[in-house]
Amino acid sequence: MVIAIGFEGSANKLGIGIIKDGTVLANCRRTYITPPGAGFLPKETAQHHRANVLAVLKEALDESKIDVTDIDVVCYTKGPGMGAPLACVAVVARTVAQIWNKPLLGVNHCIGHIEMGRLITGAKNPTILYVSGGNTQVIAFSRKRYRIVGETIDIAVGNCLDRFARILKLSNAPSPGYNIEQLAKNGIKFVPLPYCVKGMDVSFSGILTYMEERANTLLSEGYTKEDLCFSLQEHVFAMLVETSERALAHCNSHEMLLVGGVGCNERLQEMMRIMCEERGAKVFATDERYCIDNGLMIAHAGAEMFKSGIKMKWEDCTIMQRYRTDVVETTWRNEHDVLY
Amino acid sequence: MKDFELIKQGAEARIYKGVYLGKPTLVKQRFEKKYRHPHLDNNLTKERIKAESRAIVRCRSAGIETPSLYLIDLKTRSLYLEYFEHSITAKDFIKEASDELIEKVAYDIGAALAKIHGNNIIHGDLTTSNILLVDKTGRNNFKSYSDVKLVLIDFGLAHMDSSPEDKGVDLYVLERAIISIHNNPDRMFALILKAYRSEYPNGHAEVLNKLDEVRTRGRKRLVIG
Repeated sequence: MVIAIGFEGSANKLGIGIIKDGTVLANCRRTYITPPGAGFLPKETAQHHRANVLAVLKEALDESKIDVTDIDVVCYTKGPGMGAPLACVAVVARTVAQIWNKPLLGVNHCIGHIEMGRLITGAKNPTILYVSGGNTQVIAFSRKRYRIVGETIDIAVGNCLDRFARILKLSNAPSPGYNIEQLAKNGIKFVPLPYCVKGMDVSFSGILTYMEERANTLLSEGYTKEDLCFSLQEHVFAMLVETSERALAHCNSHEMLLVGGVGCNERLQEMMRIMCEERGAKVFATDERYCIDNGLMIAHAGAEMFKSGIKMKWEDCTIMQRYRTDVVETTWRNEHDVLY
Repeated sequence: MKDFELIKQGAEARIYKGVYLGKPTLVKQRFEKKYRHPHLDNNLTKERIKAESRAIVRCRSAGIETPSLYLIDLKTRSLYLEYFEHSITAKDFIKEASDELIEKVAYDIGAALAKIHGNNIIHGDLTTSNILLVDKTGRNNFKSYSDVKLVLIDFGLAHMDSSPEDKGVDLYVLERAIISIHNNPDRMFALILKAYRSEYPNGHAEVLNKLDEVRTRGRKRLVIG
């Protein structure tokens, strides 16, 4: 039996979760929300995390009803992410690990998403689409690594949506992507936009520039905000589903797992489901509790690492702003090595 | 499309097999993708059928092996192409092949890429699933490799470009496809590049420099989640 606590703060979400062998004991979160038209910057985000982290920690411990002596391992997000918020949360994790005298593990944020998605949905060996504000990757498991089969060559899809929400001055609460999704439901007129797929890779910077330059003109020509949200979603999601489908075919996979903040968009889930049904595959997705950044996923991935015998030296428990999914050896997965 | 039999559903299209004008024919039908908006779906499909047809014609006039193009039917969103009865994808071939055979096929892949890039054709979706090995003698004998020719397929994302940038990206796409499914990918890709160098003497240097640049683009990208 392993009880793990996880600290997450790589972007504007501060999360602390506690998990006991796959059973959720606590999953607490605060989000730093900026005014409409503005994004979150490292310094202010770190200040938000610093101001809230102890309250969230207390909340998580209370909710879990465990005693800190029962905890087996303290886990935190090592990266990738914004430096200042990462460091701020890592300091808290290091501190409590010393006070409680527990081992400390730094977890790759992307791996956290993947392992949490597998736990919640029960997907065995899925091809993964990981989509969030900072990451856009199509991933397949092969030879002890989560290999990046395709990815964005410039900005992440969530970044594209967030910045588009700023152009329209949409609210950032609860998240810009959520508000785009709600407006898109009432979109009627379809605006053709740039569509950029390169093999298994995608690019979103062109479509964003196109929108930055033309959004106001389009609005004055009789298109509504709803139409623009709808058209943007239809384009960027089609690009993601297309590359995912290509990865499914290339890897002969029959499971598709959707993780990351953008993964809880219901239109994206619906498109993915239709694609999978057309080719006899199954789609797995989770809701905002597990899709959006949280501490639980860090606790769960950390617990898996801990159980497989991984230990981290104190001096290795640092942070890394750039920390790719495919550099982590998945010591906790024993499945056959090559994916066919 | 009467008497045509569905043999495969790829990511892009349904593949049917049959006889057209007395020849064994493969029909590649880009069926409607229900997940995307019909307007977008129509545009993309038309663009890709055109891109694929153009690239095939270009390749063949440059002496590069691709399936012959028999008919373009925009109404049913289909291309009628030459069907290779005795063929295997490079992906499946490599799975079973000895080191020696992998060396041979890697050379041929590198040489084929050198040839398309030498003619400024960018494939756009290079994977080992999009490279066929065809037994010229019609015996399905791939063990000896003596009567095998290499054929490039799936040109739906192809375009013309003379810049090292697009050629570099083309190689990068292939490299990652190999890493994601094959054993010992480093050796195989190195062999492919070795052939690429010797078969593309005038252009390889610029392209391979670009490839290095594209790789670091992937590696060093700022990732925040």
